[in-house]
Amino acid sequence: MKSKSPIKEFIKGLWKEHPVLRQLLGMCPALAVTTSSMNGLSMGLSVVFVLFFSSLVVSLIKKLVPAAVRIAVYTVIIAAFVTIVDLFFKANFPDISRSLGPYLPLIIVNCIILGRCESFASKNTIGKSLLDAFGMGVGFTWGLVLLGSIRELLGAGTILGIQIMPKQYNPLIIMILPAGAFIVLGFLVAAMNKIEERR
Amino acid sequence: MKETIKITGVLTSVCVICAFGLAFVFNTAKDKIEENAKKRINQSIFKIEPDTVNVEKIFSDNNVIYKLFNDTNKIIGYAFLADGQGYQGKIKILSVSDPTLKHLIGIEIIDSVETPGLGAKIGDPSFKDQFKGLNTLPKIVYIKDTVEKSNQIQAITGATISSKAVVNILNQRLLKLKDELSL
Repeated sequence: MKSKSPIKEFIKGLWKEHPVLRQLLGMCPALAVTTSSMNGLSMGLSVVFVLFFSSLVVSLIKKLVPAAVRIAVYTVIIAAFVTIVDLFFKANFPDISRSLGPYLPLIIVNCIILGRCESFASKNTIGKSLLDAFGMGVGFTWGLVLLGSIRELLGAGTILGIQIMPKQYNPLIIMILPAGAFIVLGFLVAAMNKIEERR
Repeated sequence: MKETIKITGVLTSVCVICAFGLAFVFNTAKDKIEENAKKRINQSIFKIEPDTVNVEKIFSDNNVIYKLFNDTNKIIGYAFLADGQGYQGKIKILSVSDPTLKHLIGIEIIDSVETPGLGAKIGDPSFKDQFKGLNTLPKIVYIKDTVEKSNQIQAITGATISSKAVVNILNQRLLKLKDELSL
């Protein structure tokens, strides 16, 4: 990992080590909130923010934190940033906050964030950690937006609330229900594996 | 011993720093969050009863009841919040009734976590508009067939539990409200 050029630390999260579709991390938010593309986007961007700042702080204080309490320290730092995002949405975008419901505060236990802090930010330089965090965050976001868009298109006939399907289209409600999340995710992971196999 | 002090020290300082940071953010956001909640209730009241010009708050027990007045300062109804258990979580409803509490003027769903595509339809006009002018006496009733009486609403197909929850929440609140307003 040390020999990689900085830009590769960013790129890997977008495709090769994609958190949702390759590593299957962060499944709870990825499946639960992606009933629409807008929900996927706002959850994705919240994760980008939290991941970016948590990685920054963890990387900054990596030499000061004793190994025995590192997980506790990381969790407190992550929780602080998540609460900031939660309050920000509640104050400025109450509608989004309502539609994300309890899943916004649950970013605290999103394994992508703790995973990146523990396995990357605590061992690498600040610059590399930020690139890694940003790449993983953007990868997570496009995964969620894609998942949300497919589910919204099939389950409601719209994307970002704009009618795409013809009026006669009878929405597949199952796509918006939890089962639909698993079905779409399964197909996306399969497609991703197929593409990787061919390379 | 030295290690123990270091561990405790680091963890404590991280927690204290985070607590201060959060207290600061919370203080900046607090007013806006409260304002949003108030705005939402007010907007819902005007949406249900556009003739409202003035709103007066009455406090009874732990509940707030809103007394609505029109442009000639005549009382045109009461708005009140009611909540209860839905299919997956709490449903919070704002409803407006006429001054006698005998008829509803309309309802708005303020908060709910019902199933998207099924129970969440309680927020759709096709469901909530049924409460416009609904007779509340002897009580509101949900049925699965076509509505025949003035105190009936039709339950959502595939989401009877959510429909039933809305009806029960309203009935319970209306019953108490009569005492609170001594009507």
